Parts: sequence; C-alpha cells; structure tokens
Amino acid sequence: MTDESLRHSPLQSVHEALGATFITFAGWQMPARYTSDLAEHRAVRTGAGIFDLSHMGEIRIRGAQAGDALDYSLAGKLSGLAIGRAKYTLLLNEEGGILDDLVVYRLPDGDYLAVVNAANAQLDLAALVDRTRRFDAEVIDETAGTALIAVQGPGSEAIVAAALAHPDSGSSSVGPEEIGSLGYYRCRAGTFEGDPLLIARTGYTGEDGFELYVPSSSAQRLWQTLSDVAGVAPLPCGLACRDTLRLEAGMPLYGHELTTATRPAQAGLGRVVSFAKPGDFVGRAALEGRDGSGDPVLVGLAGQGRRAARAGYAVLSAAGDAIGEVTSGALSPTLGHPVAMAYLAPEFSDPGTRLAVDVRGTSLPFTVVPLPFYTRS
Amino acid sequence: MTIEDLLYSAEHEWLATDGSGSATVGITDFATQELGDIVFVQLPEVGTEVTAGAVIGEVESTKSVSDLFSPVSGTVTEINEALSDSPELVNTDPFSQGWLMKISLSAEPAGLLNRQDYLALTAD
Repeated sequence: MTDESLRHSPLQSVHEALGATFITFAGWQMPARYTSDLAEHRAVRTGAGIFDLSHMGEIRIRGAQAGDALDYSLAGKLSGLAIGRAKYTLLLNEEGGILDDLVVYRLPDGDYLAVVNAANAQLDLAALVDRTRRFDAEVIDETAGTALIAVQGPGSEAIVAAALAHPDSGSSSVGPEEIGSLGYYRCRAGTFEGDPLLIARTGYTGEDGFELYVPSSSAQRLWQTLSDVAGVAPLPCGLACRDTLRLEAGMPLYGHELTTATRPAQAGLGRVVSFAKPGDFVGRAALEGRDGSGDPVLVGLAGQGRRAARAGYAVLSAAGDAIGEVTSGALSPTLGHPVAMAYLAPEFSDPGTRLAVDVRGTSLPFTVVPLPFYTRS
Repeated sequence: MTIEDLLYSAEHEWLATDGSGSATVGITDFATQELGDIVFVQLPEVGTEVTAGAVIGEVESTKSVSDLFSPVSGTVTEINEALSDSPELVNTDPFSQGWLMKISLSAEPAGLLNRQDYLALTAD
C-alpha cells in the first residue's frame, strides 16, 4: 500500500487501518474515500466529517516587514490583517494571471501563515522567497512538519469543543467557550497535549467547520481524539467528497477554475485584489485599469437527470456552437441534479440562459444559474 | 446460481447463463469498489444487438465515467429498469438486485473466466 516515491501524511497508517482508498494528488498519497463518496458528502452536510489535509502547504512569513512583503507578493492587503484573522487571497503573476489561491492567517505572535495548494506549494514557496527578498522578512516552509485536520459540518463545533475539552485526551488550552465564540475566518492559538495548536474557523465545504494545525507528531492523537467524541463522532472523509462539497458551494479549485490564464475578476474574485493598498504588488500593472468587460466569466450551470457535465466537456450555445468548456462538474449529491462551472463570454452568462453541454456525444440541456449552487441554511 | 458458478470477463462483468441460451449480465463487486458510488448507468435499449467485447453502455460514478463492455454476443431482451432511479443498487447488491441486462445469446460465451481465475486477475 505504501509507495515510497510518494509523500505521505503522518496519518497514513490511520487511513490504512480505516480501509481508505487512496489517490495520488500532487505527489502525495491521500485518501480518496473511506467507504462511500456520497455518504461522506452527506455526513458533512448533515452532521460532521473529518478530513486529513496534511498535503496542503504551510509557509510561515515573519519579520519586521512581513506584512509589507506580503502586500507586494499577494493580491490582498495583508499588512492590515489583524491578529487572529484569516484572509483568502491570490498569488498573481506579472500578467495578472493566478498562480495559486491561498488563505493567510495572522497568528497570535504576529507571524503570518500562508496555507497553499499542495500542487503549487513549491512554486508558492519560490515566489514568496523571491518576492520578499528586499524586505526584512523570512519565509519558512513548514509543510513537512505540519499536519492539518479539518472537521466540517453543522456538528463540527460540538465535536471540536468536546474533543479539546475531553479530560482523558490530555490538556488543551482552548476551551469550549473559546471555540464557540471563534468567528468565521478567525483563528486562535493554543496547545493540544502540550504541543502547539492553531485552530481556525475556515474550510472548503460550504459548511461551518474548523481546521486544526498541529505538529506532525501530534496528528494521530488529535485525529483519534476528534474521532472518539461520544455520540456525535465525525465520519472520516476523503478528497473525493471534498471536491463535490466545494463544487456545490461554488468554490474554485486551482487547476480547474483558476489558472495562469485566469484574471481574478473573471473568477468573481475581483474584490480579492486590493488596488487601494499603497505600493506596488505583483500583477498590479497588468490588472489596474484593464478593461475586462469582454472577458469570459465563471458561471454556474445546472442540468437535469443524472448525467454529469465533467471537466473538459464543451458548452454549447442554443445554436449548437461551442462557446466554452466545463471546468468542474458532477451530479450534485445534495441537489440531485448535475451542476457544473464554466467560463463563458458575457453574453451567455446571465442566469436563465439556456445552453447545452456535449456529454460524450450527447447534447444535454443546462441552464446558467447563480453561484453558489448550495448555501447552508 | 451462486457467484462461484458465474462467468467473468476481464472487464469486470459477470455472466449468469440459464442453460437455454439466455444470460444475465452485471458488474462485479470488485468493479463497484474501484468505481466508487455509481450514480448513473446507461444501458442499451431492448432489442439492441451486442457483440462480445464491444462498448454497450456507460457506468458513471461520482468521480468517473467507465465504458461498459458486452461479455457476450446476442440481443438485449431486458434491462434492469430499477437502475434508472436507484443506480446505487449496483454498489449495494452487484450480483443480484444490481444486475444490468439480459441477453439472448447468438453464440456460446467465449474467453470468459471462472471465479477462481477472475479472483486471481483482481488480486494485484
């Protein structure tokens, strides 16, 4: 089962014991599913799921000018990020194309922690090292020593609070009240059994949820503690359901909705780029004042029946002309009909526009709908 | 007929012959585990003539689409209508309620495996 050419999470043996089916993703061997994609998806929508996301990259940026260095390196204004807050942002290239999307946390000690896609982690690291060179800032890759466990779903708060309060699990410095009061896109540092813990109310599923960062050496004990919560234990969930969860929530995935050929505004991420911040940043010159009104834009597509429009399939106009390509698509487990995302010219992007998708030679009707497909109640 | 008595294709279909020239076709538990949750099955229409080894339909799971190959030659006489609303039967009961179609054979099945050889094939 263990392929030595691949990178492994510190939870590999846990996944094997749980009978996971593995996939290779960005050079890592990670769980695709444990039992059923659909059951795991539903658990996150109705109860709670637990995910190992240790393949994600963690890059710490610290130093007197760390905030200024990130303002130059990234699309957002990170120097203004208050301690205990998180921000979704983009790494752009000089042409204004998207090299990666990432979440940056401002840690209680003032350092920044950038959490990046595994597939781009080396590129992110190289870009941050290069772009911060002239600043008083240090860039440290902490990926190998860091485990990331996410608990997602409406039941996640009760699970995380109970797990960290559990007396048998050793002491945690984060109490149930502190977890309950932690706001969305906020983070808090503490300890778990004496080791450093960063807990954030963030996720990629469209549900309430938490992401917990601990040293790799603590990963198995934290996973077990979260899994052993009496009564409301989270279902182990693989990366397959994470993809359908984020798709329903209308969240972009790098390599699908986001590429170097995509400008932020096309992806509906114009607000993520801060032109108001002082000073230059990589991508500013290309994007500022650019007339992107004719650029293709990301739209949601909803179909009927059960056949999914999958990534790469052609989107057709009512006249039958190919007008774009599906970037992600699946039969929505929650909604029961196919959903997809695609980049289309503005004239085809209005909700209600009737289109079709070429599903392996069969033209099936799809309608443009607003994103996200699913919003939690 | 038990699963020990079925014939199997290298493409992970099973075949149950009734001795009177008709056979029931499905996909194996091994295939369903590899595919994950099956959400759509496209089957040929009743009356379609099929050829052994040819693509006759598709099986879609949440994450993939796989071709369905006919293990034998003949004419489709019945398809499992329950799968249009409940494709998950292929996952939950692949050898019984999750059957796919019945085929009236035009030739004796050839090149198929017994249970033991099929298990050997999927053991890696």
